[in-house]
Amino acid sequence: MSEPMLPYSGGYHHDPIPGAPALVVERLSVAYPGTKRLALRDVSLIVPVGARVALVGANGAGKSTLLKAVAKLLPIRSGAIYIYGNAPGGCHHRVAYLPQRGDIDWRFPITLRRLVLTGRYVHLGWLNRPSQHDKSIVEAVIDQLHLSDLAERQIAQLSGGQQQRALLARALAQEADLLLLDEPLNAVDADTRAIISAVLANLRGQGKTVIAATHDLGRLETDFDSAVYLADGREIIAPPDAFVGEKVSV
Amino acid sequence: MNVIEWLIAPFRYGFMQTALIAAVLVGLSCASIGVYVVLRRMAFIGDALAHTVLPGLVVAYLNQWNLFGGALIAGVVTALGIGWLSRREAIREDTAIGIMFTGMFALGILLISTVRSFRDLTHILFGNVLGVTPDELVLIACITVMTLILLALFHKELELTSFDPTHAEVIGVRANALRYLLLILLAFTVVSSIQVVGVVMTSALLITPAAAAALLTQRLSRMFVIAVVIAILSGIVGLYASFYADVSSGAAIVLTATTLFGAAWIIHSVRRARQPEDEEIDETQMEPVL
Repeated sequence: MSEPMLPYSGGYHHDPIPGAPALVVERLSVAYPGTKRLALRDVSLIVPVGARVALVGANGAGKSTLLKAVAKLLPIRSGAIYIYGNAPGGCHHRVAYLPQRGDIDWRFPITLRRLVLTGRYVHLGWLNRPSQHDKSIVEAVIDQLHLSDLAERQIAQLSGGQQQRALLARALAQEADLLLLDEPLNAVDADTRAIISAVLANLRGQGKTVIAATHDLGRLETDFDSAVYLADGREIIAPPDAFVGEKVSV
Repeated sequence: MNVIEWLIAPFRYGFMQTALIAAVLVGLSCASIGVYVVLRRMAFIGDALAHTVLPGLVVAYLNQWNLFGGALIAGVVTALGIGWLSRREAIREDTAIGIMFTGMFALGILLISTVRSFRDLTHILFGNVLGVTPDELVLIACITVMTLILLALFHKELELTSFDPTHAEVIGVRANALRYLLLILLAFTVVSSIQVVGVVMTSALLITPAAAAALLTQRLSRMFVIAVVIAILSGIVGLYASFYADVSSGAAIVLTATTLFGAAWIIHSVRRARQPEDEEIDETQMEPVL
Protein backbone atom coordinates (compact mmCIF):
# COMPACT_ATOMS: atom_id res chain seq x y z
CA MET A 1 0.00 0.00 0.00
CA SER A 2 1.32 3.42 -0.90
CA GLU A 3 2.10 5.88 1.87
CA PRO A 4 0.02 9.05 2.10
CA MET A 5 1.83 12.18 0.93
CA LEU A 6 1.00 14.09 4.10
CA PRO A 7 0.22 11.47 6.76
CA TYR A 8 -1.79 12.60 9.78
CA SER A 9 0.80 11.62 12.30
CA GLY A 10 3.48 13.66 10.55
CA GLY A 11 5.24 10.82 8.76
CA TYR A 12 5.61 8.87 11.99
CA HIS A 13 5.48 5.39 10.57
CA HIS A 14 7.31 2.22 11.62
CA ASP A 15 7.40 -1.19 10.03
CA PRO A 16 6.50 -4.08 12.32
CA ILE A 17 9.42 -5.69 14.16
CA PRO A 18 9.76 -9.18 12.60
CA GLY A 19 8.47 -11.91 14.89
CA ALA A 20 6.93 -9.48 17.40
CA PRO A 21 3.50 -10.38 18.80
CA ALA A 22 0.55 -8.28 17.60
CA LEU A 23 0.22 -6.77 21.06
CA VAL A 24 2.34 -6.80 24.19
CA VAL A 25 1.03 -5.09 27.31
CA GLU A 26 3.49 -4.93 30.19
CA ARG A 27 2.31 -4.13 33.71
CA LEU A 28 0.06 -1.40 32.36
CA SER A 29 -1.63 1.11 34.64
CA VAL A 30 -3.94 3.78 33.25
CA ALA A 31 -5.96 6.61 34.82
CA TYR A 32 -8.37 8.92 33.02
CA PRO A 33 -7.00 12.47 32.68
CA GLY A 34 -7.89 14.62 35.68
CA THR A 35 -8.57 11.63 37.94
CA LYS A 36 -6.34 9.84 40.43
CA ARG A 37 -8.09 6.48 40.49
CA LEU A 38 -6.44 3.89 38.29
CA ALA A 39 -8.92 2.44 35.81
CA LEU A 40 -6.41 -0.27 34.90
CA ARG A 41 -3.83 -1.68 37.30
CA ASP A 42 -0.78 -3.70 36.46
CA VAL A 43 -2.32 -5.58 33.53
CA SER A 44 -0.05 -7.69 31.33
CA LEU A 45 -0.97 -9.40 28.11
CA ILE A 46 0.66 -10.93 25.05
CA VAL A 47 -1.53 -11.41 21.99
CA PRO A 48 0.11 -13.38 19.16
CA VAL A 49 -0.50 -12.42 15.55
CA GLY A 50 -3.76 -13.89 14.27
CA ALA A 51 -5.37 -14.49 17.66
CA ARG A 52 -8.93 -13.45 18.48
CA VAL A 53 -9.12 -12.47 22.12
CA ALA A 54 -12.21 -11.59 24.15
CA LEU A 55 -11.82 -9.15 27.03
CA VAL A 56 -14.54 -10.18 29.46
CA GLY A 57 -15.79 -8.32 32.49
CA ALA A 58 -18.58 -6.24 33.97
CA ASN A 59 -19.03 -2.56 33.19
CA GLY A 60 -16.20 -0.61 34.75
CA ALA A 61 -13.86 -3.61 34.79
CA GLY A 62 -11.35 -1.84 32.55
CA LYS A 63 -12.05 -3.46 29.17
CA SER A 64 -12.66 -0.19 27.35
CA THR A 65 -9.79 1.46 29.19
CA LEU A 66 -7.38 -1.21 27.98
CA LEU A 67 -8.56 -0.85 24.37
CA LYS A 68 -8.37 2.96 24.56
CA ALA A 69 -4.84 2.83 25.95
CA VAL A 70 -3.76 0.55 23.09
CA ALA A 71 -5.43 2.96 20.61
CA LYS A 72 -3.45 5.78 22.26
CA LEU A 73 -6.63 7.54 23.35
CA LEU A 74 -5.50 7.50 26.99
CA PRO A 75 -2.06 8.29 28.41
CA ILE A 76 -0.14 5.47 30.06
CA ARG A 77 0.47 5.97 33.80
CA SER A 78 3.04 3.20 34.09
CA GLY A 79 4.03 0.10 32.17
CA ALA A 80 4.34 -0.24 28.41
CA ILE A 81 2.44 -1.18 25.26
CA TYR A 82 3.99 -2.59 22.08
CA ILE A 83 2.03 -3.05 18.88
CA TYR A 84 3.92 -5.27 16.44
CA GLY A 85 6.98 -4.31 18.48
CA ASN A 86 6.39 -0.53 18.26
CA ALA A 87 5.00 2.04 20.67
CA PRO A 88 1.30 2.98 20.23
CA GLY A 89 0.78 5.59 17.52
CA GLY A 90 3.75 4.25 15.58
CA CYS A 91 1.58 2.79 12.87
CA HIS A 92 -1.89 4.28 12.90
CA HIS A 93 -3.12 2.49 9.82
CA ARG A 94 -2.30 -0.90 11.29
CA VAL A 95 -4.67 -0.44 14.25
CA ALA A 96 -8.43 -0.04 13.86
CA TYR A 97 -10.59 0.92 16.80
CA LEU A 98 -14.33 0.37 16.96
CA PRO A 99 -15.77 2.78 19.55
CA GLN A 100 -18.87 2.27 21.62
CA ARG A 101 -21.90 3.65 19.83
CA GLY A 102 -22.30 6.49 22.32
CA ASP A 103 -19.01 8.09 21.24
CA ILE A 104 -20.46 9.23 17.92
CA ASP A 105 -22.81 12.10 17.09
CA TRP A 106 -25.32 10.05 15.11
CA ARG A 107 -27.39 13.10 14.18
CA PHE A 108 -24.56 14.55 12.11
CA PRO A 109 -25.63 14.79 8.45
CA ILE A 110 -23.56 12.01 6.96
CA THR A 111 -24.56 8.85 5.14
CA LEU A 112 -23.59 5.33 6.13
CA ARG A 113 -21.41 5.12 2.99
CA ARG A 114 -19.46 8.22 3.95
CA LEU A 115 -19.10 7.04 7.55
CA VAL A 116 -17.49 3.84 6.27
CA LEU A 117 -15.30 5.90 3.93
CA THR A 118 -13.74 7.64 6.96
CA GLY A 119 -12.06 4.29 7.61
CA ARG A 120 -9.89 5.01 4.55
CA TYR A 121 -8.76 8.45 5.74
CA VAL A 122 -5.71 7.13 7.57
CA HIS A 123 -4.37 5.94 4.20
CA LEU A 124 -5.10 9.30 2.56
CA GLY A 125 -3.69 11.83 5.01
CA TRP A 126 -4.12 15.58 4.62
CA LEU A 127 -5.45 17.07 1.36
CA ASN A 128 -5.80 13.71 -0.43
CA ARG A 129 -9.19 12.71 -1.75
CA PRO A 130 -10.56 9.15 -1.71
CA SER A 131 -9.67 7.28 -4.90
CA GLN A 132 -11.70 4.76 -6.87
CA HIS A 133 -9.72 2.06 -5.05
CA ASP A 134 -10.83 3.44 -1.66
CA LYS A 135 -14.43 3.58 -2.83
CA SER A 136 -14.39 -0.01 -4.07
CA ILE A 137 -13.06 -1.18 -0.71
CA VAL A 138 -15.91 0.71 0.98
CA GLU A 139 -18.49 -0.92 -1.27
CA ALA A 140 -17.02 -4.37 -0.58
CA VAL A 141 -17.18 -4.04 3.22
CA ILE A 142 -20.66 -2.50 3.10
CA ASP A 143 -21.73 -5.54 1.11
CA GLN A 144 -19.95 -7.91 3.50
CA LEU A 145 -21.95 -6.46 6.42
CA HIS A 146 -25.26 -6.60 4.49
CA LEU A 147 -25.68 -2.83 4.49
CA SER A 148 -25.85 -2.15 0.74
CA ASP A 149 -29.53 -1.15 0.81
CA LEU A 150 -28.89 1.32 3.61
CA ALA A 151 -25.72 2.94 2.25
CA GLU A 152 -27.39 6.29 1.45
CA ARG A 153 -29.22 6.57 4.76
CA GLN A 154 -28.35 9.26 7.24
CA ILE A 155 -26.71 7.42 10.15
CA ALA A 156 -29.34 8.32 12.79
CA GLN A 157 -31.90 6.52 10.65
CA LEU A 158 -30.27 3.15 11.20
CA SER A 159 -31.20 0.70 13.94
CA GLY A 160 -28.70 0.03 16.73
CA GLY A 161 -27.54 -3.19 15.09
CA GLN A 162 -27.12 -1.47 11.74
CA GLN A 163 -25.08 1.29 13.36
CA GLN A 164 -22.87 -1.33 14.97
CA ARG A 165 -22.35 -3.03 11.60
CA ALA A 166 -21.55 0.33 10.02
CA LEU A 167 -18.82 0.91 12.61
CA LEU A 168 -17.43 -2.58 12.01
CA ALA A 169 -17.53 -1.92 8.26
CA ARG A 170 -15.44 1.19 8.82
CA ALA A 171 -12.93 -0.75 10.92
CA LEU A 172 -12.67 -3.33 8.12
CA ALA A 173 -12.32 -0.62 5.45
CA GLN A 174 -9.20 0.54 7.23
CA GLU A 175 -7.60 -2.85 6.38
CA ALA A 176 -5.84 -2.83 9.72
CA ASP A 177 -3.94 -5.81 11.10
CA LEU A 178 -5.00 -5.30 14.71
CA LEU A 179 -8.68 -4.62 15.38
CA LEU A 180 -9.74 -3.27 18.76
CA LEU A 181 -13.50 -3.72 19.10
CA ASP A 182 -15.28 -2.14 22.07
CA GLU A 183 -18.48 -4.08 22.74
CA PRO A 184 -19.23 -4.94 19.09
CA LEU A 185 -21.96 -7.35 20.17
CA ASN A 186 -23.62 -5.16 22.78
CA ALA A 187 -27.41 -4.97 22.40
CA VAL A 188 -27.52 -6.08 18.77
CA ASP A 189 -30.24 -8.11 17.09
CA ALA A 190 -29.80 -11.77 16.10
CA ASP A 191 -29.14 -10.96 12.43
CA THR A 192 -26.40 -8.51 13.28
CA ARG A 193 -24.90 -10.98 15.70
CA ALA A 194 -24.73 -13.66 13.01
CA ILE A 195 -23.20 -11.23 10.50
CA ILE A 196 -20.57 -10.04 12.99
CA SER A 197 -19.73 -13.64 13.92
CA ALA A 198 -19.15 -14.39 10.24
CA VAL A 199 -16.87 -11.35 9.98
CA LEU A 200 -14.86 -12.49 13.00
CA ALA A 201 -14.45 -15.93 11.45
CA ASN A 202 -13.38 -14.33 8.19
CA LEU A 203 -10.79 -12.17 9.97
CA ARG A 204 -9.25 -15.28 11.45
CA GLY A 205 -8.89 -16.69 7.96
CA GLN A 206 -7.02 -13.53 6.93
CA GLY A 207 -4.60 -13.78 9.84
CA LYS A 208 -5.88 -10.56 11.43
CA THR A 209 -5.64 -10.05 15.17
CA VAL A 210 -8.83 -9.13 17.02
CA ILE A 211 -9.27 -7.95 20.59
CA ALA A 212 -12.90 -7.41 21.54
CA ALA A 213 -14.45 -6.21 24.79
CA THR A 214 -17.63 -8.02 25.72
CA HIS A 215 -19.74 -8.79 28.73
CA ASP A 216 -21.65 -11.46 26.86
CA LEU A 217 -20.43 -14.91 27.88
CA GLY A 218 -22.78 -16.64 25.45
CA ARG A 219 -20.77 -17.47 22.37
CA LEU A 220 -17.20 -16.81 23.38
CA GLU A 221 -15.91 -20.16 22.16
CA THR A 222 -17.34 -19.77 18.66
CA ASP A 223 -16.19 -16.19 18.07
CA PHE A 224 -12.86 -16.16 19.93
CA ASP A 225 -9.72 -18.24 20.44
CA SER A 226 -9.17 -17.16 24.00
CA ALA A 227 -10.60 -14.95 26.73
CA VAL A 228 -9.09 -12.66 29.34
CA TYR A 229 -11.14 -11.77 32.40
CA LEU A 230 -10.98 -8.36 34.03
CA ALA A 231 -12.53 -7.00 37.22
CA ASP A 232 -11.97 -3.66 38.87
CA GLY A 233 -9.08 -2.78 36.58
CA ARG A 234 -7.13 -6.02 37.13
CA GLU A 235 -6.88 -9.30 35.35
CA ILE A 236 -8.59 -12.05 37.29
CA ILE A 237 -8.64 -15.83 37.10
CA ALA A 238 -11.46 -17.04 34.87
CA PRO A 239 -14.62 -18.06 36.72
CA PRO A 240 -15.18 -21.83 36.97
CA ASP A 241 -16.44 -23.40 33.71
CA ALA A 242 -15.85 -20.14 31.83
CA PHE A 243 -14.27 -20.28 28.39
CA VAL A 244 -10.53 -19.58 28.50
CA GLY A 245 -9.20 -21.05 25.27
CA GLU A 246 -5.50 -20.86 24.50
CA LYS A 247 -3.96 -18.78 27.24
CA VAL A 248 -2.68 -15.43 25.96
CA SER A 249 -1.85 -13.51 29.13
CA VAL A 250 1.35 -13.68 31.20
CA MET B 1 -41.63 52.46 -12.49
CA ASN B 2 -41.55 48.87 -13.59
CA VAL B 3 -40.19 46.06 -11.48
CA ILE B 4 -36.89 45.71 -13.29
CA GLU B 5 -36.26 49.41 -13.04
CA TRP B 6 -37.08 49.20 -9.33
CA LEU B 7 -34.60 46.34 -8.89
CA ILE B 8 -31.81 47.97 -10.88
CA ALA B 9 -32.15 51.54 -9.64
CA PRO B 10 -30.30 51.17 -6.32
CA PHE B 11 -27.24 49.77 -8.02
CA ARG B 12 -26.67 52.84 -10.13
CA TYR B 13 -24.86 54.11 -7.07
CA GLY B 14 -21.28 52.99 -6.49
CA PHE B 15 -21.76 52.57 -2.73
CA MET B 16 -24.70 50.23 -3.38
CA GLN B 17 -22.60 48.11 -5.72
CA THR B 18 -19.90 47.86 -3.07
CA ALA B 19 -22.52 46.99 -0.47
CA LEU B 20 -23.99 44.28 -2.68
CA ILE B 21 -20.62 42.64 -3.25
CA ALA B 22 -19.83 42.88 0.47
CA ALA B 23 -23.15 41.30 1.44
CA VAL B 24 -22.65 38.42 -1.00
CA LEU B 25 -19.06 37.77 0.14
CA VAL B 26 -19.94 37.90 3.83
CA GLY B 27 -22.94 35.68 3.22
CA LEU B 28 -20.70 33.13 1.52
CA SER B 29 -18.11 32.92 4.30
CA CYS B 30 -20.48 33.25 7.27
CA ALA B 31 -22.95 30.66 6.04
CA SER B 32 -20.22 28.16 5.11
CA ILE B 33 -18.40 28.29 8.41
CA GLY B 34 -21.79 28.61 10.11
CA VAL B 35 -22.68 25.06 9.03
CA TYR B 36 -19.79 23.77 11.14
CA VAL B 37 -20.63 26.19 13.94
CA VAL B 38 -24.18 24.84 14.10
CA LEU B 39 -23.30 21.16 13.68
CA ARG B 40 -20.56 21.36 16.31
CA ARG B 41 -22.84 23.24 18.69
CA MET B 42 -20.48 26.22 18.77
CA ALA B 43 -23.22 28.85 18.36
CA PHE B 44 -22.39 30.44 21.68
CA ILE B 45 -18.71 30.75 20.75
CA GLY B 46 -19.62 32.42 17.47
CA ASP B 47 -21.73 35.00 19.27
CA ALA B 48 -19.04 35.52 21.91
CA LEU B 49 -16.33 36.04 19.29
CA ALA B 50 -18.41 38.71 17.59
CA HIS B 51 -18.79 40.61 20.86
CA THR B 52 -15.21 40.28 22.02
CA VAL B 53 -13.77 42.08 18.99
CA LEU B 54 -15.35 45.32 20.28
CA PRO B 55 -12.41 46.46 22.47
CA GLY B 56 -10.06 45.76 19.56
CA LEU B 57 -12.20 47.91 17.29
CA VAL B 58 -12.36 50.74 19.81
CA VAL B 59 -8.65 50.77 20.61
CA ALA B 60 -7.87 50.80 16.89
CA TYR B 61 -10.37 53.61 16.34
CA LEU B 62 -9.01 55.76 19.17
CA ASN B 63 -5.45 55.39 17.88
CA GLN B 64 -6.53 55.76 14.27
CA TRP B 65 -5.17 52.34 13.42
CA ASN B 66 -6.81 50.05 10.96
CA LEU B 67 -10.15 48.94 12.43
CA PHE B 68 -9.91 45.56 10.78
CA GLY B 69 -6.50 44.98 12.29
CA GLY B 70 -7.67 45.84 15.79
CA ALA B 71 -10.74 43.63 15.52
CA LEU B 72 -8.75 40.76 14.05
CA ILE B 73 -6.20 40.81 16.85
CA ALA B 74 -8.94 40.86 19.50
CA GLY B 75 -10.81 38.10 17.66
CA VAL B 76 -7.83 35.81 17.26
CA VAL B 77 -6.74 36.38 20.87
CA THR B 78 -10.25 35.48 22.04
CA ALA B 79 -10.39 32.43 19.78
CA LEU B 80 -7.10 31.16 21.18
CA GLY B 81 -8.13 32.13 24.73
CA ILE B 82 -11.39 30.22 24.50
CA GLY B 83 -9.61 27.21 23.03
CA TRP B 84 -7.03 27.35 25.81
CA LEU B 85 -9.54 27.87 28.63
CA SER B 86 -11.79 25.07 27.45
CA ARG B 87 -8.92 22.57 27.67
CA ARG B 88 -8.93 22.97 31.43
CA GLU B 89 -11.29 20.86 33.44
CA ALA B 90 -11.81 23.44 36.20
CA ILE B 91 -14.13 25.73 34.21
CA ARG B 92 -16.77 24.44 31.85
CA GLU B 93 -16.48 25.73 28.33
CA ASP B 94 -19.76 27.65 28.17
CA THR B 95 -19.00 29.28 31.51
CA ALA B 96 -15.55 30.34 30.31
CA ILE B 97 -17.03 31.79 27.13
CA GLY B 98 -19.69 33.66 29.09
CA ILE B 99 -17.08 35.25 31.34
CA MET B 100 -14.76 36.23 28.52
CA PHE B 101 -17.42 37.52 26.19
CA THR B 102 -19.11 39.83 28.68
CA GLY B 103 -15.77 41.00 30.07
CA MET B 104 -14.37 41.93 26.67
CA PHE B 105 -17.62 43.52 25.53
CA ALA B 106 -17.77 45.60 28.74
CA LEU B 107 -14.16 46.69 28.16
CA GLY B 108 -15.15 47.85 24.68
CA ILE B 109 -18.14 49.82 26.00
CA LEU B 110 -15.99 51.31 28.78
CA LEU B 111 -13.42 52.50 26.22
CA ILE B 112 -16.19 53.96 24.09
CA SER B 113 -17.59 55.86 27.07
CA THR B 114 -14.25 57.63 27.55
CA VAL B 115 -14.79 59.35 24.22
CA ARG B 116 -17.37 62.14 24.24
CA SER B 117 -18.74 61.69 20.77
CA PHE B 118 -18.30 58.31 19.23
CA ARG B 119 -20.12 58.65 15.96
CA ASP B 120 -19.36 55.18 14.66
CA LEU B 121 -20.72 53.37 17.69
CA THR B 122 -24.05 52.40 16.13
CA HIS B 123 -22.24 51.26 12.99
CA ILE B 124 -20.00 49.00 15.01
CA LEU B 125 -22.83 47.61 17.08
CA PHE B 126 -25.45 47.24 14.35
CA GLY B 127 -23.49 47.36 11.10
CA ASN B 128 -23.75 49.58 8.06
CA VAL B 129 -23.25 47.68 4.86
CA LEU B 130 -23.86 50.86 2.85
CA GLY B 131 -20.74 52.37 4.38
CA VAL B 132 -18.28 49.68 3.21
CA THR B 133 -15.26 51.33 1.59
CA PRO B 134 -13.41 49.81 -1.40
CA ASP B 135 -10.43 49.03 0.88
CA GLU B 136 -12.67 47.15 3.28
CA LEU B 137 -14.22 45.32 0.38
CA VAL B 138 -10.80 44.00 -0.65
CA LEU B 139 -10.21 42.75 2.89
CA ILE B 140 -13.64 41.12 3.02
CA ALA B 141 -12.91 39.42 -0.30
CA CYS B 142 -9.55 38.14 0.95
CA ILE B 143 -11.10 36.76 4.13
CA THR B 144 -13.90 35.06 2.19
CA VAL B 145 -11.53 33.45 -0.29
CA MET B 146 -9.18 32.29 2.47
CA THR B 147 -12.04 30.89 4.55
CA LEU B 148 -13.57 28.99 1.65
CA ILE B 149 -10.23 27.54 0.54
CA LEU B 150 -9.29 26.36 4.02
CA LEU B 151 -12.75 24.91 4.67
CA ALA B 152 -12.54 23.01 1.39
CA LEU B 153 -8.99 21.75 1.97
CA PHE B 154 -9.72 20.48 5.48
CA HIS B 155 -13.32 19.46 4.84
CA LYS B 156 -12.86 15.75 5.36
CA GLU B 157 -11.02 16.22 8.64
CA LEU B 158 -13.41 18.92 9.88
CA GLU B 159 -16.33 16.65 9.08
CA LEU B 160 -14.73 13.67 10.82
CA THR B 161 -13.76 15.57 13.98
CA SER B 162 -17.28 17.03 14.12
CA PHE B 163 -19.10 13.73 14.46
CA ASP B 164 -16.42 11.30 15.62
CA PRO B 165 -13.41 12.95 17.26
CA THR B 166 -12.39 9.59 18.74
CA HIS B 167 -11.77 8.01 15.35
CA ALA B 168 -9.90 11.14 14.30
CA GLU B 169 -7.55 10.80 17.29
CA VAL B 170 -7.04 7.09 16.65
CA ILE B 171 -5.83 7.74 13.09
CA GLY B 172 -3.60 10.61 14.22
CA VAL B 173 -5.77 13.65 13.37
CA ARG B 174 -5.49 16.18 16.19
CA ALA B 175 -9.12 17.14 16.79
CA ASN B 176 -7.96 20.04 18.93
CA ALA B 177 -5.81 21.50 16.16
CA LEU B 178 -8.81 21.54 13.82
CA ARG B 179 -10.85 23.21 16.53
CA TYR B 180 -8.28 26.00 16.70
CA LEU B 181 -8.32 26.31 12.92
CA LEU B 182 -12.09 26.69 13.01
CA LEU B 183 -11.95 29.24 15.84
CA ILE B 184 -9.38 31.37 14.03
CA LEU B 185 -11.32 31.23 10.76
CA LEU B 186 -14.38 32.16 12.79
CA ALA B 187 -12.55 35.21 14.15
CA PHE B 188 -11.69 36.34 10.61
CA THR B 189 -15.23 35.74 9.37
CA VAL B 190 -16.79 37.56 12.29
CA VAL B 191 -14.58 40.59 11.70
CA SER B 192 -15.54 40.71 8.04
CA SER B 193 -19.24 40.54 8.86
CA ILE B 194 -19.19 43.26 11.51
CA GLN B 195 -19.30 45.96 8.83
CA VAL B 196 -22.42 44.33 7.40
CA VAL B 197 -24.55 43.41 10.41
CA GLY B 198 -22.55 44.69 13.37
CA VAL B 199 -21.12 43.14 16.52
CA VAL B 200 -24.45 42.37 18.12
CA MET B 201 -26.08 40.60 15.19
CA THR B 202 -23.13 38.86 13.50
CA SER B 203 -24.01 35.50 14.98
CA ALA B 204 -27.33 35.70 13.11
CA LEU B 205 -25.46 35.44 9.80
CA LEU B 206 -23.40 32.55 11.17
CA ILE B 207 -26.16 30.55 12.74
CA THR B 208 -29.56 31.34 11.25
CA PRO B 209 -28.86 30.34 7.60
CA ALA B 210 -27.06 27.15 8.66
CA ALA B 211 -29.79 26.26 11.14
CA ALA B 212 -32.45 26.76 8.47
CA ALA B 213 -30.46 24.59 6.06
CA ALA B 214 -30.15 21.85 8.68
CA LEU B 215 -33.95 21.70 8.84
CA LEU B 216 -34.24 21.25 5.09
CA THR B 217 -31.66 18.57 4.32
CA GLN B 218 -29.69 15.77 5.90
CA ARG B 219 -26.86 16.01 3.37
CA LEU B 220 -23.90 18.09 4.41
CA SER B 221 -23.07 19.26 0.87
CA ARG B 222 -26.63 20.49 0.32
CA MET B 223 -26.60 22.12 3.72
CA PHE B 224 -23.67 24.32 2.63
CA VAL B 225 -25.47 25.34 -0.57
CA ILE B 226 -28.80 26.11 1.12
CA ALA B 227 -27.15 28.07 3.95
CA VAL B 228 -25.16 30.17 1.48
CA VAL B 229 -28.26 30.87 -0.64
CA ILE B 230 -30.24 31.95 2.43
CA ALA B 231 -27.43 34.20 3.66
CA ILE B 232 -26.90 35.88 0.29
CA LEU B 233 -30.64 36.31 -0.26
CA SER B 234 -30.94 37.89 3.19
CA GLY B 235 -28.14 40.29 2.34
CA ILE B 236 -29.75 41.38 -0.92
CA VAL B 237 -33.25 41.76 0.52
CA GLY B 238 -31.76 43.72 3.41
CA LEU B 239 -30.06 46.08 0.95
CA TYR B 240 -33.32 46.84 -0.86
CA ALA B 241 -35.13 47.39 2.43
CA SER B 242 -32.41 49.73 3.54
CA PHE B 243 -32.41 51.64 0.24
CA TYR B 244 -36.15 52.04 -0.26
CA ALA B 245 -37.51 52.02 3.29
CA ASP B 246 -34.50 53.73 4.85
CA VAL B 247 -34.25 51.23 7.70
CA SER B 248 -31.12 49.82 9.35
CA SER B 249 -29.46 47.54 6.79
CA GLY B 250 -28.05 45.17 9.42
CA ALA B 251 -31.40 44.69 11.09
CA ALA B 252 -33.15 44.19 7.74
CA ILE B 253 -30.61 41.51 6.74
CA VAL B 254 -30.97 39.67 10.04
CA LEU B 255 -34.77 39.82 10.00
CA THR B 256 -34.84 38.46 6.45
CA ALA B 257 -32.68 35.53 7.57
CA THR B 258 -34.98 35.00 10.56
CA THR B 259 -38.03 34.99 8.28
CA LEU B 260 -36.39 32.44 5.98
CA PHE B 261 -35.60 30.31 9.02
CA GLY B 262 -39.29 30.47 9.93
CA ALA B 263 -40.19 29.29 6.43
CA ALA B 264 -37.69 26.42 6.72
CA TRP B 265 -39.21 25.48 10.06
CA ILE B 266 -42.69 25.31 8.53
CA ILE B 267 -41.44 23.19 5.60
CA HIS B 268 -39.70 20.87 8.04
CA SER B 269 -42.80 20.51 10.21
CA VAL B 270 -45.05 19.78 7.24
CA ARG B 271 -42.61 17.15 5.96
CA ARG B 272 -42.44 15.48 9.34
CA ALA B 273 -46.19 15.34 9.67
CA ARG B 274 -46.43 13.73 6.23
CA GLN B 275 -43.68 11.19 6.82
CA PRO B 276 -45.10 7.65 7.12
CA GLU B 277 -44.27 5.71 10.24
CA ASP B 278 -41.26 3.51 9.77
CA GLU B 279 -41.11 0.75 12.33
CA GLU B 280 -37.42 0.13 11.92
CA ILE B 281 -36.47 3.66 12.83
CA ASP B 282 -36.28 4.97 16.34
CA GLU B 283 -38.49 8.06 16.36
CA THR B 284 -36.42 9.78 19.03
CA GLN B 285 -33.48 9.80 16.62
CA MET B 286 -35.42 11.50 13.85
CA GLU B 287 -34.87 14.98 15.21
CA PRO B 288 -33.06 17.45 12.97
CA VAL B 289 -29.34 17.77 13.46
CA LEU B 290 -29.61 21.02 15.40
